[in-house]
Amino acid sequence: MSNKLQAEKRRFHFSELLQKYAVIIVWIVIFAVFSIMMPDTFCTWMNLRTMLGSQAVLVICAMAILVPMIAGDYDMSVAANLTFVNVVVAKLNATMGLPLPLTIFIGLLIGVCIGMCNGFIVTKFEINPFIVTMGTQTLLAGFVLMISQTTITGVSQALKDYVYVKHILGISPSFFYALILCAILAYVFNKTAFGKRILIVGRNAQVAQLSGINVPRIRFGCFVVSGLISAFAGIIYTGVLGGGNPTAGLSYVMPAFAAVFLGSTCLRPGRFDAFGTIIAVYFLTTGTNGLALQGLQSYIQNIFYGGALVIAVIFSVVARRSREKKEIKRAQQERAQAEQELLEQLAKNSSIPAAE
Amino acid sequence: MGITEEEERFIRKETTLYVKNVSKTFGSNRALSGINLMIKPGEIHGLLGQNGCGKSTLIKILSGYHVPDPGGALWINGTQVTLPLPPGEFTKYGMSFVHQDLGLVNDLTVTENWAMNEIALTNNMRMDWNAVKADALKIFAKYNVSIDPDEEVANIGPMQRAMLAILRAVEDIHRNKATMEQHRGLLVLDEPTVFLPRTEVDTLFDLVRRIAQEGISVMFVSHDLDEVMELTDAFTVLRDGKNGGSGSTAVASKDQIIEMILGKKLNAYHVDTKDAEVFQRQEPVLRVEELMGNIVRGAKFSAHRGEVLGITGLIGSGFEEIPYLLFGAVKGATGVMEFQGKRQDMSRYSPRKAVEDRLALIPADRKTMGGAATLQVTENIMMQSLRHYRPHFLNFKKLREKSLDLISNYEIVPADPELEFGQLSGGNAQKVLLAKWIQENPDLLILHEPTQGIDIGARQAIYRLIEKTVKELGMTVICSSSDYEQLEQICDRVLIFVQGRIVSELVGAEITKDRITKLCYETALGA
Repeated sequence: MSNKLQAEKRRFHFSELLQKYAVIIVWIVIFAVFSIMMPDTFCTWMNLRTMLGSQAVLVICAMAILVPMIAGDYDMSVAANLTFVNVVVAKLNATMGLPLPLTIFIGLLIGVCIGMCNGFIVTKFEINPFIVTMGTQTLLAGFVLMISQTTITGVSQALKDYVYVKHILGISPSFFYALILCAILAYVFNKTAFGKRILIVGRNAQVAQLSGINVPRIRFGCFVVSGLISAFAGIIYTGVLGGGNPTAGLSYVMPAFAAVFLGSTCLRPGRFDAFGTIIAVYFLTTGTNGLALQGLQSYIQNIFYGGALVIAVIFSVVARRSREKKEIKRAQQERAQAEQELLEQLAKNSSIPAAE
Repeated sequence: MGITEEEERFIRKETTLYVKNVSKTFGSNRALSGINLMIKPGEIHGLLGQNGCGKSTLIKILSGYHVPDPGGALWINGTQVTLPLPPGEFTKYGMSFVHQDLGLVNDLTVTENWAMNEIALTNNMRMDWNAVKADALKIFAKYNVSIDPDEEVANIGPMQRAMLAILRAVEDIHRNKATMEQHRGLLVLDEPTVFLPRTEVDTLFDLVRRIAQEGISVMFVSHDLDEVMELTDAFTVLRDGKNGGSGSTAVASKDQIIEMILGKKLNAYHVDTKDAEVFQRQEPVLRVEELMGNIVRGAKFSAHRGEVLGITGLIGSGFEEIPYLLFGAVKGATGVMEFQGKRQDMSRYSPRKAVEDRLALIPADRKTMGGAATLQVTENIMMQSLRHYRPHFLNFKKLREKSLDLISNYEIVPADPELEFGQLSGGNAQKVLLAKWIQENPDLLILHEPTQGIDIGARQAIYRLIEKTVKELGMTVICSSSDYEQLEQICDRVLIFVQGRIVSELVGAEITKDRITKLCYETALGA
């Protein structure tokens, strides 16, 4: 038996390896190019730690998208959720003087409520989640402006300290929060039975249902978790800004989606993955940071993010097709062989009728 | 082509469709061999035969979908055409097809559906919708049909849907001027009555007769012998890909036609009730009462431990709904199920509860309902069993080992646990699903068309597996299938559904392919 299995051991193809690490390879190349072009500004510890420390909100926001994405649902409202929590926390803490722990608690609660609303509408009325969350996104953006149309300043120093100021190993603490969150999600999705169930729901809800999985509950739960993580991102964002901004947070939606899709093309191609997403975030950051240091204006960011999203999706589909073709070919060969064997067997043993 | 001048003259003058010596081979499997068929102008011609007899292959050759083997010949409207026919161009020859699914888009209006071919083929940017609507209304009025042209197809009745599809197909024939000058044309109706309520079938038949009166020939494909007897002028029977017989409906008797379908006379069967007695002495573990679904109308049955219970009927009779009803996967179901002493209200049953009660369901659609095609074999095979492993820290090595064990026990080829499930052949995919559920030792295993689309080698392997499982684990198996031969091979008892109700029960040696076929058809006649 073991011989047979060894013979069947999975063959590795160069193209498969290339695909798996394509993002990382391109990342290294970009990094090297910028380093050579700007050794004094780009490739410095100062700049590297800025890059690492400045992207925590984007990473957390991408994680909020990742969770329902694995269950097969788009959540477009994460950035609006983030902004809403940001403004509410800033308003309560800075303007109304509520204590910081209470405002954080309220902020997280708001995120959970928004997630519950999304999840309830999607699962109860069976509406396309893309449309529902687009709606809540716009709705929340409106509410934000109702609360405040200008930036709010003056949140507690403690929040700023623990998010941005008190560096650990020279990097702002928010980076480590994002990393811990990413590790938790990677653990849940890759190591637990619960995470597997979410994956099955995302891949084929009908199979999941007929296997006894409570599909609506899992989808609902993923929206709630997504809401919670978005709120967490909103609180970190409040610390980063030192206050509230009613519009700036909304722009996170594009790069976050780009990171999630780009992340699904590396490490485990074809699967949304927490660590793949974090790699994608820093890949995108390297690009925009380097271009900004080159003196290009900030609109280059949008071009870069949008382009990266589209290319990432094309890339993942093309790679998937070529792999499928290869596997289909292999399966066909094996089937033809099995048929041949069967026919020979039938010819040998004439007592079995040869045809139906 | 070797035909006499006289024959040629006859074909030219007297036939709409003339099929001579047409064969079709798929790989090593001969689906049709030397089929002959003749339909006269204005004739309603029934095409009969069991599942897999070659009816649909023949139709697909006519529509240009299949390329027949060389050696056959085909005349349409009296003119010989070169085979194979170009796909999709059958309207050029004055033919039109209405398939079982009717080819309507439910979300579009009647008018939009009416103009479907025009929308698909025209290069005009602008469509004159008022003209299309007027055209549709004119035709509806001509045939005495009332359908609201602005209504969405989803909102009109099943009868009106069928009529819309048929009239649309007839219009395609009418548009072909050359055919109309000869007063010919061929309308193929491929089981259009399957989804219709019985009471409305007569209305449809009136419409078909009116169409035939204009000179258009109708090929009426049906399972239902009763309908064929009532509607058609002549019939042709296919059996195992060969001509089973043909004749005039007015002259032939039902028994004669059934004999043609089966290929032999129905003998008196020797009944051996030994197996049945064994089970009848036991208490049943499963009792179902007043089970209602979308098709099933109040089914009542029971099953014993270690029994393989077959459930069958003609397509659309309700037997295919039973697996999903029992598993709580049909919305709006009602009834009571008592399994191992636990009573369940079926209106509140769900697959989740079914799994808890140790039921297992293997659906007919393996790749979209049975397993997740884009996930790996391991992930599919272990889907049900993850709870036996540390839930908070899955041991992938152990999962992989277990999955390799199963792959080797169930002889799944290729033996690659990382392969995507969707890449497997039908037989191997089915083995994965059997392994997925059977490793959980279910008490009731529900199968739906367990060997549909599976080659004969794998089929035997699956029968052996089922037999072995029943013997070793003593579970109850319910097998819902339209493969009568399979039922004969593996079942201890078979229930036959007709129009949503159980009408007969066969036990032990009574279960034969012929007997089941006869009961399916005959009871439909008696209704």
